[in-house]
Formats: sequence, structure tokens, C-alpha cells
Amino acid sequence: MDSRNTSVATPVPAFAVSRLFRLRRNGLTAQIAGRIGSGLLVLWAAVTLSFVSVHLAPGDIVSLLIGEQLRTPEVEAAIRAEWGLDEPLPAQYLSYLTRVLHGDFGRSYILQTEVSQLVLSQILPTLKLTAAALFVAIVFALVSAVLSAGRRVPRSIAGALELTLVSTPSFWLGILLLYLFSFTLKLFPVSGDRSFSALVLPALALGLPLGAVIGQVLRQGLERALEEPFALTVRSWGTSEFVLRLRHGLRHAALPAVTLTGWLVGSLLSGAVITESVFGRPGLGRVTVEAVLGHDMPVVLAVAILSALVYVTLSTLVDVLYLWLDPRLRSDSREAVR
Amino acid sequence: MTPLVDIRDLTIAFPHGRQDNRVVHGIDLTIHEGETVALVGESGSGKSVTARTLIGLSAGVVGASRFDIAGDSTLGFRERDWRRLRGTKIGFVLQDALVSLDPLRTVSQQLSDAFGHPGYFGRRDGREESSALLLSVGIPDPERRLPQYPHQLSGGLRQRALIATAIARQPSLLIADEPTTALDATVQKQILDLLAERKQAGHTLLLISHDLAVVARLADRVLVMKQGRIVEQGPTKQILTQPTHPYTRQLLDAVPSASSRGFRLSPATQSETDAPALPAAPVQRRLPLPPKRIDATQRVLSARGLVKRYGVDSFAVNNVSFELAAGEALGIVGESGSGKTTVAKMVLGLVEPDSGTVLVDGQPWSHRSEAERRARRAGMQLIAQDALSSFDPRYTVEKIVGESLDTVGVFGRDRRQRVVEVLDAVRLGPDLLHRYPRELSGGQRQRVAIARAFAPRPKLLIADEPVSALDVSVQAQVLDLLAELQAASGTALLFISHDLGVIHHLTDRVLVMKDGRTVETGAVETVFAAPAHSYTRALLDAVPALP
Repeated sequence: MDSRNTSVATPVPAFAVSRLFRLRRNGLTAQIAGRIGSGLLVLWAAVTLSFVSVHLAPGDIVSLLIGEQLRTPEVEAAIRAEWGLDEPLPAQYLSYLTRVLHGDFGRSYILQTEVSQLVLSQILPTLKLTAAALFVAIVFALVSAVLSAGRRVPRSIAGALELTLVSTPSFWLGILLLYLFSFTLKLFPVSGDRSFSALVLPALALGLPLGAVIGQVLRQGLERALEEPFALTVRSWGTSEFVLRLRHGLRHAALPAVTLTGWLVGSLLSGAVITESVFGRPGLGRVTVEAVLGHDMPVVLAVAILSALVYVTLSTLVDVLYLWLDPRLRSDSREAVR
Repeated sequence: MTPLVDIRDLTIAFPHGRQDNRVVHGIDLTIHEGETVALVGESGSGKSVTARTLIGLSAGVVGASRFDIAGDSTLGFRERDWRRLRGTKIGFVLQDALVSLDPLRTVSQQLSDAFGHPGYFGRRDGREESSALLLSVGIPDPERRLPQYPHQLSGGLRQRALIATAIARQPSLLIADEPTTALDATVQKQILDLLAERKQAGHTLLLISHDLAVVARLADRVLVMKQGRIVEQGPTKQILTQPTHPYTRQLLDAVPSASSRGFRLSPATQSETDAPALPAAPVQRRLPLPPKRIDATQRVLSARGLVKRYGVDSFAVNNVSFELAAGEALGIVGESGSGKTTVAKMVLGLVEPDSGTVLVDGQPWSHRSEAERRARRAGMQLIAQDALSSFDPRYTVEKIVGESLDTVGVFGRDRRQRVVEVLDAVRLGPDLLHRYPRELSGGQRQRVAIARAFAPRPKLLIADEPVSALDVSVQAQVLDLLAELQAASGTALLFISHDLGVIHHLTDRVLVMKDGRTVETGAVETVFAAPAHSYTRALLDAVPALP
């Protein structure tokens, strides 16, 4: 048994393999590019699916796209031209892809307007509301988790508050807030989207239940982090409990909370509709509901693709955030050799 | 001169409901400036919680008639007062820097935290300070290490960085709680050298360990702790050479080494981990182990030219060959990353070798389909390092051990009988049958793992670091059990460990691995008495020894 004999019997794996490995070793940028690439793939699938669903739906395409609008020869001709229905299927598909890529989602024959303009004009109020609600949620979650983690009394108070918020439907919370702050105290406007103060109550109604869920996950993560050996090390440096929580604990706790937040924000966009109705706000939610009820297919398709875009963006963002939060996930940070 | 630490009648309790749950029962602890004191005992003895009490972080109810640190009484201390003392008067080092440093922050960030610099607001640049500190704990090229994260450092550098954070504000006393327990022998030696340097420079040190051999070199004074009491204390040399308390003797005997070969490490009559103290009467110091039955004509396992690559040009295992006869014990020794676990995986058929073959009982084993191998699986059993995670937490002991009998077709009453039988062989009573893994002590868990491995009467046993997570005294019992059962059953044993003392004690032949290659192989006595390779010599030198 000769131990020094190095029988390297395989010069087989060619340069192709080594190039593949070099690419993978190319660190953070490659990792992020990969995530974005797979996101684009999902988007493409969503667009394709919407195209396929139009063609597979029972009945003829023209009446599907017209919805409840009166069918005249002029409208029919316009639709045939817009969707290229006289051309072969692959050409239709390609032109559909190109149109979507250029942000052209066709025309709503019920509302007599361009879908992309309609969506654009309505998405801004919804985004504003969502962003404000997210802000409320994060602030609530952070404060509740940092102040209550691992402390018996604050923990049960925060727990009870969160349970109440989670189990209250946000329209009911909205009505309560309206009653208290608008009708009785007259601090905020009752409805509309004219000023910043009109955003406060809807954001609270939408954001607080969300913050309650995130807060619970964040607190659990924080408590787990504070039990880790490194927490003892940090305390032994003379670091204060508050700094330990903010500087060390939160980052560990953020990992699961970020995933959850990504999913919840995605659902906010569709969940916003009730809050928008309660507070009489314009927004994408209302447009969607009306389109679905009126069988306004072009608008429904645009919203479907848009919501796919939102989910893909959010989940890519979550992945990138993960890499930023936890250096151990970055592929370029392999263990160094002594 | 006033001592640095002067504690009288210290009690620590973790009250739960009406129960007092005292873990430390009135101990005295005095540490003078420039002294190195060691607190030794097994887990649960109260040594770690005592150490944490010194920085006000024990989480228990602490009582003392006197508790002075650097001349100040801490008896009325509030959290704020303790915080001022931490890091400046007393520094604290835990084991395993991989989890004892914040894995999400860089070395430089953590040093700045330890210096007490404001982190986010009005950051002061402590780069030079940090570099100098890293150099002083023997980290070469500190500029390169500062922006790195703990997981990017090697085990040795990581532990040094942890020590650096503890001494950042030049505390008068450094407490090291099992500072080398998770480390390889050579790295352990480096860290002990570093601590020895500090001792030479006149710094005060409190060492906490379960291993007398580790503290033997450094400590001026040793306190032996058992179940919350100090049972013996005195100058290190006296404790090591003339122990008066039977427990101290038991701890000393438990250290496996060349001289313990062929003898038991633990007292023979002991059947339970938490047995009461031994009779004080002088017992015969080493009881012999039963003789082994090696049948050299019967080859249970042959590995020929095993190669496992990862990536294109890196080798996890590079041309490793060995043979194992019935009843024989082969030790594979090497540090982390040497490829020894990959070898075990290839033998187990969990990883296919890129080239080379494994033969079991003379029949081809590698590169076969799992369906073909399954019938022969029962003849080969594994004992893993972490017994707890190798059990289904929702299974009882009976199910855990019984499951290994599936493959040999033993069911019903026969199964129950065999389970009780093997549990008895590892000295666990039938009262444990319905317990869950979490309800067992560390030593009991590893016994259950051994019972499970022996239950289907395997021809070959693969043990991957089976004792490295255990205290010395528990390790002693487990090693004795393994040796006894192996001798009685004639099972071949492939024993993987980073601990040369254990290998020397237990195995017949040894294979030393480094970077995936075989460095040296041969009979244990020959290799360890006259190592041919410089790496083997370095490994042997690194082993902390009792005088």
C-alpha cells in the first residue's frame, strides 16, 4: 500500500466544466444575476399563460375580449387587428409578447380606454397605500419585538395586542379608526386621496394586522438569537441589552421575517381593495373588482401580469436581502484555508 | 495585596415554583493577580455557571457572604454596574468561536463592538487598534482578516479572534470556558500556547474545563468541582500526581492515552452515568479489558485506492487504501477537513468513490445499486458523533433500537427481547425503553446509539467521532463499552477520530490522514512510538499530556 502514489486517473472533465465552475465561483454578482434571471423566467411564464388562457377559454376570442360591451363590426375588426387574429398562432404569440414588453396591454372595450393608461393612473394610489402600510407594519413589528422579546410581562401584553390585531378584519379596524379619528376627533379626513393625512388611517388599518404577524415572527427570531452563545459573548463585552438587540439580535431575527414580509406585501396589493372601499380611495383594487365583475378581460389580464411582476420583484428582493443579511449564504464567502 | 477575585460561600440556584434547584452549594473562590486557576469538572458540575456569575451573567439567584472583584464588593451591583465591569475588569471566552462570535458581523465590526466604540453613530476608526490587537493574539496579516466573517476564518484564527474581543479593553482577569474543546489537537495546542504567553506576561487567567490534561500545562492551582461543590483543590502538580479524592482520580484515569491501552478507563462497577461517589477505599487503579479476538484470515472490509473529488482539481480523498479483519479495530485519525468522514461515507456507500473500490466481506460494495446493497446493510452499522440528532425525536428508545432489526427480520416478541438484551449490554435498564431521546443524558444517548448499532449483530461497525462531544468521564465509559462489546462480539471497528489519545487507547492499527491523503499507516504502537512522518510527530506533540 503505497500512500504517496497519486493516481490521478482522470483528466476527463474538460474545460467546459471548469468554465461552469468559474462562473459559479464568480460570487455575489452571479448569484444575484441568477435570481433575477429566474424571476424573468417566471414573468415570461405568466405572460405566456395569460395568452394561452385567452385562446383556451370556451367561446370565441372576440366576445371574450369584448365582455359586456355591445358587439359591432367596427369593434370586432379593431380586436381582430389588435390581436392579429387572422395570423397564425406563433405570430400572434410573438406580437403579444412584443406588445406586453412595450407596456401595451391593449384596450378595454367596456371602459373605452387604453388598459395601460388605466392601470398606470390607478396603481399610484395603491402603491402609496401599500408602501405606507408596509412602513406602519415594520415600525410596529420592530418596536413590539425589540421591547417585548424575552421579557415576561411586555411579552404577554404585546402578544395579546397582536392577537387582537390579527383577528380583527382590516375593514372593521378601518371603520373603528374612521369613527374614532375622523367622526369623533376630526383629526383626519373621512375619505379620498388628496393629502398626506388622508393616507394615515387607511395605512394603519391595512398595516397594523400585517405588523402584528411580522412582529410575532420577529420576536421569536429575536428570542432565539438572544439564546445563542454569541449573545453571551456580546454581553461579556459590557454591551448593553438594547444595543445587543438592535445591533446583533435583529439581523438574525430578520431572516425569517423578511420572507414573510415579502409574501404578505404581495397579498397587500389584492387585499387593499376592501380598505380602499372603506376609505373611498381610488386604486388598483377597485379597478380589478370592477373588471372581474364586468368580464373586462383585457384589464383582468393586465392585472394578472402585473401581480406576477409584483410577486417576482418582491421575491427577488427578498432573495437579495437574504444575501445581504447573511454572509454565509454568499457563495464567494467560502471557508478560508488555514 | 487584595486578591482579584474573593468569593466566599457562593450559592447559585435556579428556583422553579417551590423548588430551590441549587446548582452551586457554597463554594469559595479566590484568584490572585498573575495567577492561573483551573476549575475542573464534568458538565452539570456547576463550573460554567460559576464562571458566568463572575461577570453577573449567570441568570440564576446568586448568594454569597462575600463577592469582591478587584477590591469592590459586587453584592449590591445592578445591571449597569456589572456592565461597567464586563470587558474592562473581566474578559470572557467561550468555546467554539463559530457560534460564540456573531456570525453575521465582520471581525472588524465585532472588535469595534468589543472596544465599546459607538457602532452606528459617530463611528471612530479603530482600524489600527484592531490590527494591533489581532497581531497580539497571533493573527498574521490582520488587515486581511478584519473585513472577513467568522465562518471565513479557520478554526484557529476564529478562536484567536474571539480571544482578541475578550481582551480588547485589557481586563485584569480572562475567563476561558472550555476554550479549546471543539478544536483539533494542533489548533488546541496553538490556543493553549497563546494562553500560556499571556500567563508568562503576568496576566491572570481562570480556566474552565472538563479535561484535566488540557489544564495541566497552564494552571498553577486546580479546583475540582462535582455537583456544585469543590471536592478537592491544590497546586496542579499535587492534584495530578497525588489526588486524594476518588473523583479526582476517576477524572485522571478517564483520560485515554498510550498507557491506558488494554485497560478500562472507568471504574468497572459503574452502571449509570450519574452514579454516586465511589467508595473512598483505594481501588486497584486500572482494570484490564477483555482480550480481543482478531481473525486475520477473515477480511471484513477492503478499501482500495479510494478517490473523491470535488470541483475539478480539489480532492476530498486522494488514494486511500486499507484492510480490516474480523475483530480488529482500525483508527483513522486526522484534523477537520482531512477527508476522514468522506472515507467513512464511501465505506457506508453514501458517497460513491470517483475511482477505487470498496469490498465488504470480499464482495464488491461500491458502485452497486442500493437495492443490491440493502440486504447486506444490516452487517454494517454506524455510530455518529451527535447521537441525539441521529435519533427520531418522536421515537422511544425501544423503537429507536428496534428499528435497526427491521433489516434482519426480527419482529414482535423476539424484537423486544433483543432490544432489552442489547440495552443490558450497554448497561441501560429496561425502564428506559419508553423514554424519548430528549429525556436522556449525553452518555445515555451515546449508549443507546451503541446498542442500536450492535442490535443486528453487525460484522462491521463504523464510528465517526463517537465520543468527541462527550466529557472525559462519560467518554471513558463509552470507550470501555465499545471495547468490551467489540471484544465479545468479534465485530470489526472502523474508528474515526481527531483525538490521538482515544485512537491510541482503543485501536490496533492506525491510518493518519492529511488533506485527503494517507500520511502514515501501521500498528498503533509502532506509529505512535516512532512516527515516520513529520505530520504525525506534530500531531503527537500537540496532544496535551498528563505528567
